[in-house]
Amino acid sequence: MSVLVNKNSKVIVQGFTGNEGSFHAQQMIEYGTNVVGGVTPSKGGSTHLGKPVFNTVEDAVKATGADTSIIFVPPAFAADAIMEAADAGIKVIITITEGIPVKDMMKAKPYIKKKGATLIGPNCPGVITPGEAKVGIMPGFVFRQGRVGVVSKSGTLTYEAADQISKAGLGISTAIGIGGDPIIGTSTKEAVQLLMEDPETDAIVMIGEIGGNYEAEAAKWIKENGNKKPVVGFIAGQTAPPGRRMGHAGAIVGGKDDTAEAKIRIMKENGIYVAESPGEIGEVMAKALGVDA
Amino acid sequence: MNIHEYQAKEVLKSYGVKIQEGIVADTPEDALEAAKKLNAETGTSWYVLKAQIHAGGRGKGEVKETGSRGVVLAKSLDQVSEISGKILGGTLVTIQTGAEGKKVKKILVAQDVYYPGDGQPKEYYLSILLDRATGSNVIMASTEGGMDIEEVAESTPEKIIKEWVDPLLGIQPYQARKVAFKLGLKGNSFKEMVKFIMNLYAAYDGSDASQFEINPVLKTSDDQILAVDAKVNLDDNALYRNKNLAALRDLDEEDPLEVEAGESGLNYVKLDGNVGCMVNGAGLAMATMDMIKLSGGEPANFLDVGGGANAQTVEAGFRIILKDPKVKAILINVFGGIVRCDRIASGVVEAYKSIGNIDIPIIVRLQGTNAEEGAKIIDQSGLKVTSAITLKEAAEKVQQVLQNL
Repeated sequence: MSVLVNKNSKVIVQGFTGNEGSFHAQQMIEYGTNVVGGVTPSKGGSTHLGKPVFNTVEDAVKATGADTSIIFVPPAFAADAIMEAADAGIKVIITITEGIPVKDMMKAKPYIKKKGATLIGPNCPGVITPGEAKVGIMPGFVFRQGRVGVVSKSGTLTYEAADQISKAGLGISTAIGIGGDPIIGTSTKEAVQLLMEDPETDAIVMIGEIGGNYEAEAAKWIKENGNKKPVVGFIAGQTAPPGRRMGHAGAIVGGKDDTAEAKIRIMKENGIYVAESPGEIGEVMAKALGVDA
Repeated sequence: MNIHEYQAKEVLKSYGVKIQEGIVADTPEDALEAAKKLNAETGTSWYVLKAQIHAGGRGKGEVKETGSRGVVLAKSLDQVSEISGKILGGTLVTIQTGAEGKKVKKILVAQDVYYPGDGQPKEYYLSILLDRATGSNVIMASTEGGMDIEEVAESTPEKIIKEWVDPLLGIQPYQARKVAFKLGLKGNSFKEMVKFIMNLYAAYDGSDASQFEINPVLKTSDDQILAVDAKVNLDDNALYRNKNLAALRDLDEEDPLEVEAGESGLNYVKLDGNVGCMVNGAGLAMATMDMIKLSGGEPANFLDVGGGANAQTVEAGFRIILKDPKVKAILINVFGGIVRCDRIASGVVEAYKSIGNIDIPIIVRLQGTNAEEGAKIIDQSGLKVTSAITLKEAAEKVQQVLQNL
């Protein structure tokens, strides 16, 4: 079960034959992900990493029945690749690419929604359901199988959290890297909702950062939904100065609701267990679940 | 990326948005020439002198050396020379620059647009920006022009007009009419405002901007609608396809260390603290800064070395952090996923030796693939470097180091 990706996911890689695409496709195949092929325009008909290459996503879907795509296409062409995937009937589109212009994403997002697809990212590490499928760039071994779901805007901070959760004797059901851009396909709330409804997830870690209102929106939803599962929250950027972009295109304090303080306060008001230090995520989760770390 | 007011106004003008005309100058002599030219072109005999720096609050700001304000009205050509001499070359301190202020290298000599006539001049507020919550652009307007809009939104939210633009359709004329009517405009000024909004949106969209703020927009005494100031923020990720805008970047407005870091492919933001840090990944980098604070220090910087941390990037990072004299200790925090910790550790040792004479304590926290091998390499290097594996351990070591300073 779990969410978004599992052992039955049929995955294609867009930007399959490029450096990043090749390297991570190889890693995904080694992990056991069911990679059924890839797309690189004008290289259709060839074979790469032992899998067929197609010119278009449409061709790939027809030939393989793919339902999931991971995108490594360069930023200038990535929004186009996202729309192509949705148009071809792909249901879960995971976009790793960093640096896509906001204007492009602003158009791609409503388009793929209309097509009934789910977009994860862009500028994210992908999604992993340990033991079943890794559709992303994360180091697979860090994610031990278990029953804690993770939603995060950040890559390495997700690995950090997963590692601490493993060391606390727990494991991960599905970890969803939603991405650090100003416009992303799946919000914190939407990702939390998927895990809240997943019978194989007992608790959720929600990792956010400065900028935007996604964490506050998720926190309010969690309370309205009756705090059905314990949620541990962490917000990065308490020491970030206002008006400065901190690496991620979306990590910038514009107004007073964008600050880490505001987000932490709202999380606490809505019954979320807040880890004050990034080193305590695992411990706080163990406490929330009543297990000894 | 931010651009100067005079550059933003040129962009606006190229899209047909009416602006308060002006000419930019580098010296008081040029400013005088600019004023004469402006007089010939527009008939203005008063001139607004505006310091060009990337910060707001210029009108109330003060030039440290001379006590002059950053925006001053000159009522004669003599005054133009005198006042521009007090602003150019000075250090302007505003609520947005911090106490150190910013050097003024350029001044905009602008026409006086508050001239008397049949009507009363009136100021409005207008901006277009990305609304992250809806994933669309929003037009914000208010009759409270010239004020701090956050304050207006706080105290009198009913005075803020908002109109969202469908990303797939773009702005429609009825939306511009709605905004203009809500601002209470009639007759010619109404028509002018509709044009102003439509052209402003075209400028915003065509520039791949994330913010265009015009505060104030002025209705002149003869019913024209003009942009008197302009604050523009452009999407860095789209500069590759807007080469003319990319060329407007002013490196003088940026921290030299940040510029240098950018050239080495590092994402660095200078802060004020005493503990430098170098991290892979932006989220973990921010979390590391927070942890430094929780350990009793203050972060000296944000530095994301990206996914492929190696000896070269670590060395470049070291060199940049060490140029900041406030730094008393450095924390390197890398979660080695696909990059192995032992290789990063070797990179750190190599970089350390290559720089030589680093006499401040360094804590290297490596977690992930081959973490223990990494720690061993650090511990056996014989250098003034301490290793840690868990984040908690790293935090404790930072605390110890700070206590011994």
